Amino acid sequence: MSALLEVDALDARHGLLQAVRQVSFEVAEGESLALVGANGAGKTTLLRAIAGAHRPAGGRVLFAGRDITRLAAHRRVKLGIALVPEGRRLFPNLTVEENLRVAAASRRSGPWTVQAVLEAFPLLQPLRHNRAASLSGGEQQATAIGRALMTNPRLLLLDEVSLGLAPVVVDGVYRSLAKLLESGSTIVLVEQDLRRAMGVADRVLCMLEGRIVLEGAPADLTREQVTEAYFGLRQVAGA
Amino acid sequence: MIWVSVIVHGILLGGVYALLASGLALMFGVMRIINLAHGSLALIGAYMAYLVAEHFHFSTYLALVLVLPGALLVGYVLQRSMLERSLRAGQLIPLLTTFGLLIVIANLLQYFFSPNVHSLNMGAIGSASWQVSSTLTIAWFDVLTFGVAVVVLVGLELVLHYTQLGRELRATAEDADTAELVGINARAVYARATAIAVATAALAGVFYGMRSSFDPTTGADQLLYAFEAVVIGGIGSLWGTLWGGVALGVAQSIGAQIDPEYFALAGHVVFLAVLVVRATVQGRGLQLSLRGAG
Repeated sequence: MSALLEVDALDARHGLLQAVRQVSFEVAEGESLALVGANGAGKTTLLRAIAGAHRPAGGRVLFAGRDITRLAAHRRVKLGIALVPEGRRLFPNLTVEENLRVAAASRRSGPWTVQAVLEAFPLLQPLRHNRAASLSGGEQQATAIGRALMTNPRLLLLDEVSLGLAPVVVDGVYRSLAKLLESGSTIVLVEQDLRRAMGVADRVLCMLEGRIVLEGAPADLTREQVTEAYFGLRQVAGA
Repeated sequence: MIWVSVIVHGILLGGVYALLASGLALMFGVMRIINLAHGSLALIGAYMAYLVAEHFHFSTYLALVLVLPGALLVGYVLQRSMLERSLRAGQLIPLLTTFGLLIVIANLLQYFFSPNVHSLNMGAIGSASWQVSSTLTIAWFDVLTFGVAVVVLVGLELVLHYTQLGRELRATAEDADTAELVGINARAVYARATAIAVATAALAGVFYGMRSSFDPTTGADQLLYAFEAVVIGGIGSLWGTLWGGVALGVAQSIGAQIDPEYFALAGHVVFLAVLVVRATVQGRGLQLSLRGAG
């Protein structure tokens, strides 16, 4: 397996705040990677920098061997990178179907069509002509994932898909994700919920204050190790 | 019945406003860009049609074949060169930019075409009319203007709701950052939409130039009526803009029948009344939802 995504010494800032510091990692084709870490660890910024929604201050992002660090977000979608943004970010006054169709702008062909998305998320079928703003959180999340799939991505970036959803709804979302993973999709997932992240991912990266502090397959990591890295306990103890 | 004639002429006058308002409905209503130079761009359309018609001995209608593609290009360049940059600095900046543009255009027109009035040839249809009854005569040119306004507005509404460009434009207007993330080239989409809006402005300008004479300062009051038509019809609704224009035209026509001085006043009163009613209804809706929550 060759690396589909390479992140090389990436720095990203929000003004004076450095959110991502010298982060490097690779994701192989077909792999699923979970980014975990506390609030403010830089996970969302890292994901947005990969998707092209945040301009990095330094370092490089390579996709399928090509340097895309300076490429506009919509051009990256055309190459096959799709982000399901934090908070869903649907177009509220467009219908479910329009939210899906609008993503056909990338003109990437593949298995995902409006029909395929509605089959994968049957709960959307009766809602397809409803405005996105009228949907429940879980329905919105399904639409947001469906919208990203409509671009037929080679790499799907998912940011906090369980945030603000009832546990039973999150189960549903993760069931559809499991199906995606079985089909061999490459996924980078940001998740606050450790148990869920370790349940679906082949590999876990733990971020703390903008840096990667722990990396490994879920089976090789103990819960204590991850919790320690998650909260930076060792550093606090050493201080 | 004199009132039938008053209403019919009011409706047809509404077509004039609706035609000028169509591009505004797209830019102001959908894209949320207040383009104060919209009337000036319409005026440029009229002057360009004048030039083309004079130079090639074309009829005014044939001149549109050259003027409209030119206007598309002007709109595209205007968005990419000026409006896009202004928008990045916030929603108020385009207001200032286009106000500046309005002054520049007026002065350039004055420089190249002199402050004298010009007019465009209406062709054979200009003098043709239909005598319905002793009190009601309908000019075919007014019907043509109204028809063009309907075609433009319905066309825009269809584009907005049933084409990929329309969906991309609405998505970009709602959330440009997210639009980029689903593969939409937000800047190109906005530039294409502005191109369409400027072309409709030029079309409206040419029709205005056939209806009455114009000089480099014409169009300020027309632009105001067009803005009112957009707001009365409901921001974001192109179909509503037609009804907004008609409501305004009918109000002005009735006002003028009561006393010619009431022409403009009656239109503004209707505009204010719509704003007050809408604010009251929304206020009540808010109160109800607050009460429901409490």
